[in-house]
Amino acid sequence: MIRRYDSVIVNFITRALVPFIQLFALYVIAHGHFSPGGGFQGGAILAASVLLVRLALGRPVAERWLNHQIMRWLAAAGVLIFAGVGLIPLLFGHNYLDYSGLPLWDLHDPLRRELGILFVEIGVGIAVLGVLVTIFDHLAGWRRDV
Amino acid sequence: MRLLGVVLLALFVAVVLLAEGDLPPRGDPQAPANTHVSPYYLEHAIEEMETPNVVTATLADYRSYDTLGETVVIFTAGLASLLILTRGGHR
Repeated sequence: MIRRYDSVIVNFITRALVPFIQLFALYVIAHGHFSPGGGFQGGAILAASVLLVRLALGRPVAERWLNHQIMRWLAAAGVLIFAGVGLIPLLFGHNYLDYSGLPLWDLHDPLRRELGILFVEIGVGIAVLGVLVTIFDHLAGWRRDV
Repeated sequence: MRLLGVVLLALFVAVVLLAEGDLPPRGDPQAPANTHVSPYYLEHAIEEMETPNVVTATLADYRSYDTLGETVVIFTAGLASLLILTRGGHR
């Protein structure tokens, strides 16, 4: 089990840095089609911020913030978001994962595909976050019922 | 048993080395990989989905099946490690 790291400096720096790390992670996910980045990278950075809290502030704080059971649901939800975004065009007469079939009628075709990419990247990011934190939690010995 | 493993490994290496001779040179512009779909991706990515980042456009749109598979692989890896690390009987 991981206890709180007993240092004022580490605790303070963690609390100060984590919001910025997460903001940067969201930026990397959301700007995956304008600059280097994307779901995998952004999800990894997001997971790093969560792991930093788990390592530095200890289990009680981390459990109050994001408990370890949510994480495996997030992993499944991310994959389902990806597959679900792919399924929607099927209902509108397009191919699977053909984002130009997404029901966003106000937008012209390239923009629809761009938004499709964004939705998919969000799904990938959530899945990577969930999987990485789940693996860490179980390596650290956090059991199912606690 | 160990000998069998070594023999199988040697056979595998031989097959791979044999096949490697038929591969086109690295970066050959006339290679099938560079003449079939990749020029189309590079030329049409910006007009078809307005994404300046061709890598993301290729990964998440043209080759989205592959990315979906990658995500499922990561999810499966997480599930497998969860099953291994959550030892039975502890509940």
